Formats: sequence, structure tokens, C-alpha cells
Amino acid sequence: DQVLHIVPETFQQAQHLQLLCSTLMLDLWKPLLPEDIRAGEDLHVRVPAPLVQEVKDSLDQHMISYRVLIPDVQKLVDQSMPRERSSHRQVSGGYVYTEYHPMEEIYQWMTQIQKNNSELVTQHFLGKTFENRTMYYLQISQPSNKTKKIIWMDCGIHAREWISPAFCQWFVKEILQNYKSDPKIRRFLQNLDLYVLPVLNIDGYIYSWEEDRLWRKNRSPYENGTCYGTDLNRNFNSSWGSVGISFNCSSDIFCGSGPESEPETRAVAQFIKSRKSDILCYLTIHSYGQLILTPYGSTTKPPHNNEELMKVAKEAAAALTGKYGTSYRVGSTALILYSNSGSSRDWVHTIGIPFSYTFELRDTGTHGFILPANQIQPTCEETM
Amino acid sequence: DIDDAGHKYCLELELEDVLDKGRTVLCAAEVLYPLGSTSTAPEVQVTAQGELRSTEEADKEFYNRIRSLEKELVAENIPDSHGNVPPELEPIHLLAWAASGYVIWQNSTENTKFHLAQVQHVKQVKRSDEDLQFDYVLLLHEMVSQEVIPWEVTVLWHPQRGARVSRD
Repeated sequence: DQVLHIVPETFQQAQHLQLLCSTLMLDLWKPLLPEDIRAGEDLHVRVPAPLVQEVKDSLDQHMISYRVLIPDVQKLVDQSMPRERSSHRQVSGGYVYTEYHPMEEIYQWMTQIQKNNSELVTQHFLGKTFENRTMYYLQISQPSNKTKKIIWMDCGIHAREWISPAFCQWFVKEILQNYKSDPKIRRFLQNLDLYVLPVLNIDGYIYSWEEDRLWRKNRSPYENGTCYGTDLNRNFNSSWGSVGISFNCSSDIFCGSGPESEPETRAVAQFIKSRKSDILCYLTIHSYGQLILTPYGSTTKPPHNNEELMKVAKEAAAALTGKYGTSYRVGSTALILYSNSGSSRDWVHTIGIPFSYTFELRDTGTHGFILPANQIQPTCEETM
Repeated sequence: DIDDAGHKYCLELELEDVLDKGRTVLCAAEVLYPLGSTSTAPEVQVTAQGELRSTEEADKEFYNRIRSLEKELVAENIPDSHGNVPPELEPIHLLAWAASGYVIWQNSTENTKFHLAQVQHVKQVKRSDEDLQFDYVLLLHEMVSQEVIPWEVTVLWHPQRGARVSRD
């Protein structure tokens, strides 16, 4: 937790701070109440650790200058009082990768990962969700003076597929833990940068923790707030709205009001578009089904580089099976799964990124979306 | 295989007992999906070679345990969000699985792919005869539409007579 010292210069800035403090329910030290925040007067506010980045982003966006008065509240408390043991289990390391984590803990994890691996990892702002939560991706990059090609991986586009964000976190941990000892990883990072988005559909993910474990879509309201959620993986601009979708909001495959109608979709699409000449490979992680899917979902006509796409995918599936015998099928969505349009994988390929794959992780239906936590390790190890 | 009355599939399957891995039973099945009508269940013929292990003792233990309950059993969310099933609810879970097999069979077409996603709710109903009765709400996931559909199913079970499904 940090305490910030802010002096709002204008009435607008004071208003924004009032809104920020009351919406996020921040702990105001001076003044005591949001309505007493005034331009020209000192503001001291304690911001809980998971919100620090978000609050600072917001201040930056509104050009409100601030100073960090207390960089670590807990440390100060500890110094002034004896304590038996630390209750900050997650923040002080020892993150449990074999458990599913709620979003708040994932936010904290990202901050810790960057802090503990600052030579390789930087956390970046990607965009905001419908419910105004910040989307962050992690960039794992070996410092060098040459521009490197990028491999992008996103997890958690569908809320209920918990094994997916679990895999992204595991992946990051594996890379960073073994970077020094594994020459393969070092060689990898010499020539490539890894960009990982641990949870794309943050609002949906939180909803699946708090309200409905089997929720899939995002949480944007339609029809006057009587119906919620767009299937983000039907919302991209690739043959949008043509096949394998529904125009009815109450459907789990509702494709939205138009291509890229959802802020989460736009955040990802904008970024990928801006860096497309450098992105070599796009991976999007889902469950379940044990499949490696290649473009396209909207047509059975194969993509121009289908041979190469299939060859690489088959090698990946073979390597995966080699670990624990888990069998994966490989092929285009339209051929081996079902028809769908508006998927991120298809869109990415149509704008020119050569390698684009959807992974459907364990299992094949026995547990489906509710994969027991004891399968996190083997699933992640074999997928790695 | 294609017929005139619909589409017939001939399958060879291996059945494995989830609780007794390593032992498998070979089955041959014929499934006929009727032409046109999507409200008729496919016709299924199965023959199995070999035997699955006896569950007589476990059946009896479960039966007696439930019969001796003072209050009728009620449970929700099996498994829980993290995939856990408390050991005493495992037989309830397995029974739900069997019941879901029946529901899936009754509602399958060539364009559906169902799996049991979760038991949303189960309530035991005490009976005057020897059967155990469980009223389930099962959540079935359908792959093509991606929908999760709640389904009310009443299951009767008896150690010798096995499981029977009657729908609400």
C-alpha cells in the first residue's frame, strides 16, 4: 500500500479526485471526506497495493501531479510495532501456481513479477474493460539493440476457462525461473520477445468467481441492461457475424453489436494492429478440448500457409503427448470443431500474422471447465 | 455409414472404469440418428465383451448410509468452483454422471456435443419403497452453441435394480 500526496490545481482536478476516492473507496488521510477535497489544498490518500498502478495511471491521464509520501505502509507499521508473522502471503513471494487465483491476486502477481525480474519484465497498459478495469500485459524481453520479433499469448478470453489464465501465469514463471539455467530459453529470448496477457476478459473472470462459475462472455449490457455479455471470441473483425454466432444477447455466442464493439476486443486489436509487422506468432489459450486449432473457423478453405501451420502444430502436439500421454488433435476449427466467425485467431491471421493458433487445454469433457486444481501442474507442464 | 432412414454409425469403443483404471471392456455399438426429426432420441444398440468389476460392497455401503440419514441429503455445486468433490458426495456425483448420460442420449443429434459441466443442486427425497430418490439440477454444456443448460432430472437408485431416470 502507498500513501500519495496530491495537490489538485483546478476545480476539475479536485472533482476527479473526489470521484476517484469515492468510487474506489480509498482511505483518505487528509481531508477525511471526499467532499472536502479542494483545489490548492493538500490531499493525502492511502491506496491499497492492487490499486496503486491504476490510481497512478488515472492521475497521469488527467495530468494530476503527485508525490509518493509513503512507499510501503506495511513496512512503516512493522517498524513501529512488533509482529509475529507476515500476512501478505502472496506479495512477499511464494505464489502458489498450482491453485486458481482471483483477479486481485493476479494483479498483485503481475506487479511482483515485474519487481522481482525487472531486467527482463515490464508491465504495460493495454486498455480498459467495460467495467473500467485495467488490462495489463507483461513483456518479457532481453535487453538488446536489435528489434526482435514478438510472440503474443493471451489467456482468459472466456471467463469460465480458468485453466487458461493459470497457464499464462505458469508460463511466465517457467520462463523467468529457468532463464539463467536453460540455454534454450536464453537463445529463445535472444531473438524473440514474449508478450503475455494473463487475463483478457477480466470482468467476466471476476464474475465467474463471484456470481456464475460457468460464465463465458464479457459483462457489457445490452437491451437496456436486461441482458449481459458478448462472446469476445466472436467479436473480432474476421467474417464477423456470418457463422457460428448469435445476434441474440442472451446467447453464449452473441457476437456483439458490431465487429470490435467491445472495449476488450478493441484493446487487443489496436495493439496487435500497431505491432503487426513485428508479431511472428499469435497464441490464444482456451479450454477445454485438447486441441491445437489453426485458421479458419468461418470457412474450410485453408489459409495460404496451411502446410507450415499444420507441420508446426503437429510437432507441438507430439511434444505435448510425449510428456504425460495426453493426446491433442490438430486442425482447422471449421474442420475439426465447429464453424465460427469473429475469432481473434482468424482475425490475426487475416491481417498478415503468419502463425496463429488456438490452444484448447485439458480436458475432453470429464471435468470440462471445472478442471480440478490438481491438474494445473501436469496441464501446464505438458503445454509448456 | 449412411442409411435411408437416417445416419447410422458403427463404433468400436473401449470402456474404462474410472474407479478401476487398467481394466477395460471392449464394446461394439450401433447408433442410428433418425432422418429429419430432432426430437427423437437416436437408437442405440450396444454389446459388451467382458465384465466390469463388482461394486456390490460399495453399493451396499452407500445405500445404507443414505437410508440411515435423519435429514434428507441436500448439496450444491458438485464439483465446487475449483474442481473439488468432498469424498462423501462422490457417489452422488457419479450417479449424476450416469443420469446425465441418459439425458444426453435423449437429446443428442449429429450436431450436438454434450458434457456434464456441474451438478448445480441435488436433493434427496425419502421414499416409502426401497429405492433411493435424488432430484438433480444438472448443468449440461453443449459444445456447438457453447450454452450451459440446466436440466431437472429425478433419479431412482437401488443396489440390485440400478439407476433409473424419470424426468420432471
